[in-house]
Amino acid sequence: MTVITDALCPFCGCTCDDITVVVEDNKITEVKHACKVGAAKIKGHHRIKAPMMRTDKKGEFREVSYDEAIEAAAKILAGSKRPLMYGWASALCEVHKKGILLAEELGAIIDNTATVCHAPSTLAVHEKGLPSATLGQVKNRADVVVFWGSNPVHAHPRHMGRYSVFAKGFFNEKGRRGRKVIVVDVRKTDTAAMADEYIQLQQGSDYLVISALRAILAGQAAVVPDAVGGVPKEQLVKLVDTLKAAKFGAVFFGMGLTQSISRYKNIDNAISLITELNAFTKYVITPMRGHYNVTGFGNVCAWETGYGTAVDFARGAPYYNPGETAANDVLLRKETDAAMIIAGDAGAHFPADSVRHLARIPVVQIDPYWNPTTEVANVVIPVAICGVEVEGTAYRMDGVSLRYRKLIEPEHPTDIEILEKITERVREIRGD
Amino acid sequence: MELLIKNGAVFDPKNGIKGDKTDISIKDGKIVKSVSSSAKIIDAGGRLVMAGGVDAHSHIAGAKVNVGRLMRPEDTRSGIKPRTKLTRPQTGYTVPNVYAMGYRYAQMGYTTVFEAAQAIMKARHTHEELEEIPIIDKGALTLFGSNWPTMDFVREKDMDKLAAYVAWGLLASRGFGVKVVNPGGGEMWGFGKNVTGLDDVVPNFDVTPKDIIVSLMKVNEMLGLPHSVHLHCNNLGKPGNYKTTLASMALADQVKAARDRQVLHVTHITFNCWGGTNWGDFESKADEIANYLNNSENVTTDMGQLIFGSATTMTADGPVQYANAKLLHAKWANGDVELEDASGVVPIFYVKQVSIHAIMWAMGLELALLTKDPYKVLLTTDHPNGGPFVNYPEVIALLMSNKKRQEEIKTVHEAVHKRTKLPGIDRELDFNDIAVMTRAGSSKVLGLLDTKGHLGIGADADIAIYDLKPDQIDPSVEHAKVKSAFQSAAYTIKGGEVVVKDGQITATPTGRTYWVDASVPHEHTEIMMKDIRNKFKNYYSIGLANYMVQDAYVTHPKVVKAGVIPVEVS
Repeated sequence: MTVITDALCPFCGCTCDDITVVVEDNKITEVKHACKVGAAKIKGHHRIKAPMMRTDKKGEFREVSYDEAIEAAAKILAGSKRPLMYGWASALCEVHKKGILLAEELGAIIDNTATVCHAPSTLAVHEKGLPSATLGQVKNRADVVVFWGSNPVHAHPRHMGRYSVFAKGFFNEKGRRGRKVIVVDVRKTDTAAMADEYIQLQQGSDYLVISALRAILAGQAAVVPDAVGGVPKEQLVKLVDTLKAAKFGAVFFGMGLTQSISRYKNIDNAISLITELNAFTKYVITPMRGHYNVTGFGNVCAWETGYGTAVDFARGAPYYNPGETAANDVLLRKETDAAMIIAGDAGAHFPADSVRHLARIPVVQIDPYWNPTTEVANVVIPVAICGVEVEGTAYRMDGVSLRYRKLIEPEHPTDIEILEKITERVREIRGD
Repeated sequence: MELLIKNGAVFDPKNGIKGDKTDISIKDGKIVKSVSSSAKIIDAGGRLVMAGGVDAHSHIAGAKVNVGRLMRPEDTRSGIKPRTKLTRPQTGYTVPNVYAMGYRYAQMGYTTVFEAAQAIMKARHTHEELEEIPIIDKGALTLFGSNWPTMDFVREKDMDKLAAYVAWGLLASRGFGVKVVNPGGGEMWGFGKNVTGLDDVVPNFDVTPKDIIVSLMKVNEMLGLPHSVHLHCNNLGKPGNYKTTLASMALADQVKAARDRQVLHVTHITFNCWGGTNWGDFESKADEIANYLNNSENVTTDMGQLIFGSATTMTADGPVQYANAKLLHAKWANGDVELEDASGVVPIFYVKQVSIHAIMWAMGLELALLTKDPYKVLLTTDHPNGGPFVNYPEVIALLMSNKKRQEEIKTVHEAVHKRTKLPGIDRELDFNDIAVMTRAGSSKVLGLLDTKGHLGIGADADIAIYDLKPDQIDPSVEHAKVKSAFQSAAYTIKGGEVVVKDGQITATPTGRTYWVDASVPHEHTEIMMKDIRNKFKNYYSIGLANYMVQDAYVTHPKVVKAGVIPVEVS
């Protein structure tokens, strides 16, 4: 029996690094300190046992060797005129590096799961920047915490305990009692139920409400109507007073803001609000990133290509124009003629028309698990689980980079090995 | 592998060679006395030969740089080059991708570059990028000036603990030296405040910026670190800040250097030699700084030269970045790091007809031209704060040609006449001065002059050959030729390998990462670690076990040993 302490959890963007794991006979028998979702991810379940292939997507898969599957994957990619390489968020940065190199050589489009998550936040960052801080700043200093369109109780279960609400810090010895927690959401979520103040707004009115807050903050309350997005003006005025009274305020936002009407403009407006609040007191804003290493992909892609996601290598040099070069752009235009989906699940999360197109073209899936993407795949290559069976780097939602330990020996090859072999074969096929 | 460079007009200040035809023998990556007859020969044909360029202050890797990329796709779009059989794609101008960083430095004949600031907690990110920068040797300076342990040990006046913390922090971050940015201000920015001078008390920690600077200089010399304390002064970005800068420089008199170098390096003077009291009476006090340097042996500086056009300001000085963003109505990224420091990123465009920018442009040049000893002023642009490093050849040309300066002065805001001394300065630097400011001086300042920045026996075989013949050119008149030659080296040799020929990349070896392993008595580390463990238990948001940069992130290390030696305090 081996006990591994200070292990990291490869589930959500909190990247909790205080996990204790008990290993017996290369099996994880116990996971301590993790949330239920994280523990389930670390323990693992129902893996794909061997590579599988099929030519007819309506037909059954047949098990094949890794060599056969890699050969088929390389042929699909090398023969493609407009390949898409999508996913990445549940893989380590070392995998991202291999993927970007392959995308470069193929002239592919590479995009990650942010495209259906926080990519609108990145667009807003292009416009306004991002006044942020590490989560420990929030833990030590924050006395006002706002969750806007995010529900950490379910999506980031230990966020409030470790960083934002219950956590005690240097300037906040009282933890929860030393903080005012505000939740803005269209639904009274379980997070909202715990808040000191819940602001319920009508769906799609985030932009309006943020604009109203900015107007009130700027001393222009007179122009704000009696109710905005279903929120009474008095409540908004009171909220601005609360925000201004903070010594250190932190705003966390989720997909309620990025994936509702107005999308990136919501974030743009929210960042402006935070910037303006800094004229009064300290404020920071942080996106609640979902997958544990979606932030890592954005970072690796940025330092290697200059852009965080949706990079098109068709011209040999990186080209970036979300709306044109993001995964769903090329799928909805039916431009993509082959796809590799790795460490992300397009089948489950993409619009129906995108998935329909995926069902029509050759698809290579690299993933430890059977998921809806498998249903549209031709070649399925099972791999070791990054962060459990493979060590390497991931970036927490606040950009803090951490090294994941290998907890058990893998029975499958790693994404890195598979990508290296595919790249080698692609080079041979193309005569590079 | 042997190489012989013949007929070069060599400028090697450390060894007193000023343009003499000198052959250079190379074997196994080092400069040696002689090579066998089978050595490959490069005939320099009377062209200019210098050691590979060494940059002691440039923001090339890490969280701030990557935030710059993420928030500036408009910058990434400039400078795009597709991949080739040999090279990865290049993007960006002020915030290039990792590949462009290495290629562009090498193309200018530079072979060693130091990232100027990393927070320990984010050092893993810095090293991830450094690992991917091709060709050049590199390293990173580690921020200590607002770290809670630093301030605790300064308050306790416990220099042993502070030394142990600095040694441990360098190990944790695989850092090369002690960087101090707006000491105390980083902590105060945690609540949106700042210090206003060397004697302000940092709330909750009960120390002053002065205490922090002096204590860190003391332990830096106790540890005998290769580099001195590297200071970004308080009040940067505020008119009148030259007084704070001078007062900070004077603090160096309190400590004696443990090695043959300065006690304090004060960086990017362009941003802290500001006179006046507001933007209306803003003026250059670079002459006052130069005057100080001319009468002191304890302090070195670098220019932080402003380059007109696009730049991206990025610094651990969080409050100055918020002020910049407000002033410029520009997008603003802030990146405070718990228990350690602040940071911010703001794009800027320097305009010739904006009086402030014109005056700032003059400041760096004034400093370099009015300071007699070029060893005291390194050539930098504080990349990408003053402008991107690819503009060093422009700066070289400006320093070598009064004619070029006067032509340039005609095109910039007239304030440059009244508020700076530049128009009246006719000094022109020579190739030897340039070799000091870009090679020997930066190596000396970093404490690496034994193997870097010179061409003597035992030095690393990092060499640049430029396509100009010093005895046949008048840089004062033919400044365009000088600029063009320095932009595109005829040869860059890195560790004995030709990496650039005629300005084109010919090989992309992996450079080494310099970091300092400083020893302290075990019992000092033990006592210090009690405090550190407490910080992790209660305040950090990650565990101590996951904090330090692992070996996997420094795959080609060059470890420089240092350790506790007695310090003389005068």
